[in-house]
Amino acid sequence: MIPKVPRENLLELCRRMLLIRHFEERLIHLHDEERFSGHYHVYIGQEATGVPALSCLERGDFLFTTHRNHGHLLARGADPRRLFAEILGRKDGYNKGKGGTFHLAASELGFFHTSGIVGGIIPLATGTAYAARAKKSGQITVCLFGDGALEEGAAPESFNLASLWKLPVLFLCENNGKYGAGRAVGAAQSPTMAVYPLTDLPATYKIPAKQIDGTDAGAVHVAVSEAVAKIRRGEGPQFIETQTVRWPGSETNWPVVPVATDAAMAWDVSSVPEAVREWYRSSDPVLIFIRELWEKKQATKEDIAELDRDVRKAVEQAANFALASPFPEPEEALKDVFA
Amino acid sequence: MRELAYYEAKLEALSELMAADESVHLIGGSFLGLSPHRGLFSAIEKNYPDRVIAPPISELGYSGLAIGAAMAGLRTVVDLGTGSFIYEAWPQVVNEAANAFYMSGGQTRAPVVFHVLHGIRGAGAAQHSHSPQAMLWNCPGLEIVLPSSPGDVKGLLKTAARSPNPTIFIDHAQLLETRGPVPEGDGAIPFGRAEVKRAGKDVTVIATSIEVQRSLAVAEQLAREGIQVEVVDPRTVVPLDFATLLESVEKTGRVVIVDQCHKSCGIAAEIAARIAEEGFDKLKAPIRRVTTPDVPIPFSPPLEEFVTPSEPRIIEAIRSVLR
Repeated sequence: MIPKVPRENLLELCRRMLLIRHFEERLIHLHDEERFSGHYHVYIGQEATGVPALSCLERGDFLFTTHRNHGHLLARGADPRRLFAEILGRKDGYNKGKGGTFHLAASELGFFHTSGIVGGIIPLATGTAYAARAKKSGQITVCLFGDGALEEGAAPESFNLASLWKLPVLFLCENNGKYGAGRAVGAAQSPTMAVYPLTDLPATYKIPAKQIDGTDAGAVHVAVSEAVAKIRRGEGPQFIETQTVRWPGSETNWPVVPVATDAAMAWDVSSVPEAVREWYRSSDPVLIFIRELWEKKQATKEDIAELDRDVRKAVEQAANFALASPFPEPEEALKDVFA
Repeated sequence: MRELAYYEAKLEALSELMAADESVHLIGGSFLGLSPHRGLFSAIEKNYPDRVIAPPISELGYSGLAIGAAMAGLRTVVDLGTGSFIYEAWPQVVNEAANAFYMSGGQTRAPVVFHVLHGIRGAGAAQHSHSPQAMLWNCPGLEIVLPSSPGDVKGLLKTAARSPNPTIFIDHAQLLETRGPVPEGDGAIPFGRAEVKRAGKDVTVIATSIEVQRSLAVAEQLAREGIQVEVVDPRTVVPLDFATLLESVEKTGRVVIVDQCHKSCGIAAEIAARIAEEGFDKLKAPIRRVTTPDVPIPFSPPLEEFVTPSEPRIIEAIRSVLR
């Protein structure tokens, strides 16, 4: 289903989902072209979680994300030029080239610190929530992490703290492992986690917890806006697990693009290689959303095609900006150790 | 000048910080360890019930909470108890707090203070006697403070709580009863200023924390033999006022370094290396270190005494560099 918001907001949600998709497909090509080095992770397949979820927040709210952060920053309105520049280690990057793909931070958007350590942000999120409550600022914190983070001890310790002190924080656990590697067909359970459903873990600490379909933008929007409202009313922490089906391009250690996404694939997947066609036909959250916009008469096929073209153009310009951005001076390495 | 006990000066600093700035929050309440005076802390708890938090036994969780709160504008001062307990919070302290400002490209400050009571406190055995300062010194981004006197604990705690950076504040349980002058008023002491605690021309002893007090007692004793020992206390190792240390070594030409870290890669090891690099031509004798040997701290009193950087061991080292 589609979120119950005005048409212009729906089109903006669609634009941001397409932006994430095209940005990361371009990023994978930049890596294949050896334009940057190091391991990296992509958000493709989870766009209908991050984009509607973050649209429920206010300016000034705090967000924490992980190694899989590009989509969250773009969903929140980050500048794709500076995002590309950071991932390419350039001077114009958000972190002056000191963070790279793992640590993208944009404090003006509420992303103060992005940790590449699984579970590392969960205690930190209780901290910004604690500060907001102490200062009565009304800000809430959203902590975005994957299902693997629940295997770290930091998660239960933080759930206990958040629940004890009724802290204004939303734990949004993106389980991208449905049908993933090592899991039974149709199951979203990790072979290395005894707790299932995952919502049992926060529930043990008396945190209200829900499990929803992360490819359904409308369901995400409803669940997150309800949770956010409860948190703002002072009801304490909330937990949501979203489930998505792993993108075939992320099945291997290094992402690969099996087929370049075209919005027209929402109606016709015949151009998609057969081995991955089913994902694009039934599990691709961006194509599902586009199809729904069209079915509910919120956009014509022409509207969508135009949006898709504009986003691609913006992504290409952003990539070119980053490629033209200089590397930092080597001595920059010695700065910013202390404030 | 008035004289206070170390524990009194420390409580005074905490009280004044709480009174002056409502963004200061204390997490944990063992700032006086197992001292018989520990109950005095309850006055602060009573005055500021919303800003003194008793956390569950979750060092990792509440240390991260304190870092996040500091990122969002509070001044959190965390008590982790014994020095060894900071290892339970290690991922948050060394991998999140220490890196936050740098890896965000200077966007995010984390002005949190972690307080611990380090070192050999007496019958603490291997898991309650550790000195984490050298390991922490290998994590760029953390300021490291090691007070040795009542005046220093007050003044340095003030500066720690106001610093824009994550700061590790390392006390020693055996310092709590030490008495000494403490100025009236704010008394803040800037970081990165070593202090010559006692002047002397024959040999330099560079010491930290409780070992400063032991070195001063040794200096007093050797003065009766006509040996003039200069005792220099860096007070903060990050930032390190190396110029003052080197100046003393240049004057005496002989140096003994005393601290409670293990010998390999300890505080003394790093200071010795820098003196060798930058002051080699001033040395009249090899550098000597008095540290704990590279063994876990044992329980039984004679074993513990054997590994402690004690007064007799400091005297022996001083005599060896004077030969």
